[in-house]
Amino acid sequence: MSEIKKIATRESYGNALVELGETYSDLIVLDADLAAATKTGIFKKAYPARHIDCGIAECNMMGVAAGLSITGKVPFASTFAMFAAGRAYEQVRNSIGYPHLNVKIAATHAGISVGEDGATHQCNEDIGLMRSIPGMVVINPVDDIETKAAIKAAYHYNGPVYIRLGRLVTPIINNSKSYHFTLGKGVLLREGNDLTVISTGLCVAPALAAAKELAEKKNIQVRVINIHTIKPLDEELVLKAAAETGKIITVEEHSVIGGLGSAVSDLLSEKLPTQVLKIGIQDCFGESGPAVDLLHKYGLDQEGIYKAIIGNL
Amino acid sequence: MNIGKGLVRVDKLKLQKVSNKIRSNIIEAVYSAQSGHPGGSLSSADIFAYLYFEELDIDPNDPDKLDRDRFVLSKGHVAPGFYSVLALRGFFPVEDLKTFRHLGSYLQGHPDMKHIPGVDMSSGSLGQGISAATGMALSAKLSNDKYRVYTLLGDGELQEGQVWEAAMFAGSHKLDNLVVIIDNNGLQIDGKIEDICSPYPIDKKFEAFNFHVINTDAHDFDALHKAFEEAKEVKGRPTVIVAKSIKGKGVSFMENAVEWHGKAPNETQYKLAMEELERAGSLLCQK
Repeated sequence: MSEIKKIATRESYGNALVELGETYSDLIVLDADLAAATKTGIFKKAYPARHIDCGIAECNMMGVAAGLSITGKVPFASTFAMFAAGRAYEQVRNSIGYPHLNVKIAATHAGISVGEDGATHQCNEDIGLMRSIPGMVVINPVDDIETKAAIKAAYHYNGPVYIRLGRLVTPIINNSKSYHFTLGKGVLLREGNDLTVISTGLCVAPALAAAKELAEKKNIQVRVINIHTIKPLDEELVLKAAAETGKIITVEEHSVIGGLGSAVSDLLSEKLPTQVLKIGIQDCFGESGPAVDLLHKYGLDQEGIYKAIIGNL
Repeated sequence: MNIGKGLVRVDKLKLQKVSNKIRSNIIEAVYSAQSGHPGGSLSSADIFAYLYFEELDIDPNDPDKLDRDRFVLSKGHVAPGFYSVLALRGFFPVEDLKTFRHLGSYLQGHPDMKHIPGVDMSSGSLGQGISAATGMALSAKLSNDKYRVYTLLGDGELQEGQVWEAAMFAGSHKLDNLVVIIDNNGLQIDGKIEDICSPYPIDKKFEAFNFHVINTDAHDFDALHKAFEEAKEVKGRPTVIVAKSIKGKGVSFMENAVEWHGKAPNETQYKLAMEELERAGSLLCQK
C-alpha cells in the first residue's frame, strides 16, 4: 500500500470537476452552502458562472438539478451525504429517480469518518437509501485515481448517479498501470482462495492491508475485491469469488443494513448461498471523535478487520 | 381589438368552449377511472385552457422542441385537467383519457414525463414541481435561451416548505422568465386552507420573496390575459399570479365542496355533471 500520497475523495471530486468543466460547457455544479467542504469551491474558482450555490435548501437543490437536466445541462449536485440521501431522499426519488434524469449527486462526508461533528452528520444509511431507488447507479470510489475516473464515467453515463465521497484523506491503491475504471465492474486487488473480502470506499485500503498481514503472519490467502459500483453490482466477480473461496466477508463504512453487505447477500442468497459476514456499522449511531479513532473503535481499521477475519475462520 | 395598454382582446368564446370541453373530459376521465381529483382539476380548467390555447409557445407535433416554453404541473394530482388540455391541444388522442389510471395506460395517476407527450416534468409529490421549474428557468438564463417557464401550484401546496425554498431561490436569482400560478380555490383534503394551516396572505408572502405579484380571477379570461401579458413585461423578478378560483367550478354540486377533492362520481352524479356541462357547452355554441 502506497503511503506516498493521501488525498480525500471529496478533493479529488473538486479537481475532477475542473478537468471536466474545461471540456464540457454543459456541466453545472450545485452546492448547498458547503462549497468549501464538498470541494466544489475548486470548481467555483475556475468556473464561477457555472457554480450555483443554492443555499441551505437541499430539497430545492435536487429539484433545480432536475430542471437543469431536463433542459440539457449535466448537473452535479453536492452536499453532505446526510442531506443528499437523507433530507432530500424523496426529492431524489420522485424528481430525479422516477423520471430517470441525468443528474449526478455527489455526496461528501459519508460515514462515521466525518469525525467530530458526530452522529447527526455521520450518514451510514445512504447506500441503502440510494440503491433502493430504481435505476439509480451508486458509486463509492476508493481513492484519488478512482474518484476522478468515477466522476468522468458518471458524466458520460446518461442517467441518475449517486457518488459517495469521504472527508478523510485516503491512500492511493489504484496506481497500477493496468487499472481501468468501468461502471459496474469490480476490481480484483489481491488473489487468494481461503476466503474473499469484498469492500468499498474508505475500507478497501485497511482491508487490503489486513489481507497482507494475514498472509504474512498466518499464511492465509485472502482474496480482496474492491466494489466501487455498488449498483449495479458486479455479480460475475462476486459469484466467482463465492464459488472459489467459499466464505465472504464484506467491509464498509456504512450500516450493515442496506449497504454493500446487503447487496452481496441479496445476490448470493439467490444464486449461490454462501456464508457472508458483514463488517460495518452494527445498527447503531456514531459519535464525536477524531475520524481515525472512530474507525478504530467501530472495527473498520486494519486491526479491526484483521480480528474479524480471524474470528470468522 | 384593443382593450387599453396595448392589450389585444382574447377570443373569450373560443377559450370558454375549450374550458367546457376540458371540464367534460375531466369528468369522463375520473368517472372512467373511478378515482382521481375532479375538484382541483375543475378549478384549474380555465388556467389550463389559457396556457395551452393562448399563452405557451409549444408544438403538439414536436413536443420536445428545444426552444418551447415549459410547463410544470406542481399540483400533479390535477392530472385529469392537465391531460384533458394536452389531448384537446393535440398531444395525444382524446379517447385515451378514458384509460386514465387504468392498469397499462400511459396516463398515470400523476404526470409521467417519460411516457406522456407534452409533459415536461413528472410530478405529484407536492412542493417539488416548482423547484424543477425554477431549475428550468435558471437553465434558460445560463445559456441565454428565450423560452419561458410556467408552473401551477395549489394553494394548499404552499404549506410545503420546499415551495418557499424554491421561491427564495427564484427571487434571489431574479428569474424573470418564471411564472408561478397559484390555483387559489381555498380548499384542501381536510378542509378550508385557512382552517388547516393558513398560507394567507399569499400575495404578501411572495412579494417578500422578491416576486412581482398579480392577483386575478382564475375564471375570467380577460383577467387571465391581462395577468399573463403583465408578467411578460416584468424584468428582474419572477412573477406569481394568484388566481382566485372555485373548486369544482362548472359542476354545481361539486363547487366549493371539499369532498370532491379526490372522489369519483357515481353513475347518477356522472350523468348530472355531464348534462350540466353539455348544457353550458350548447349555450356557448349559440353565442
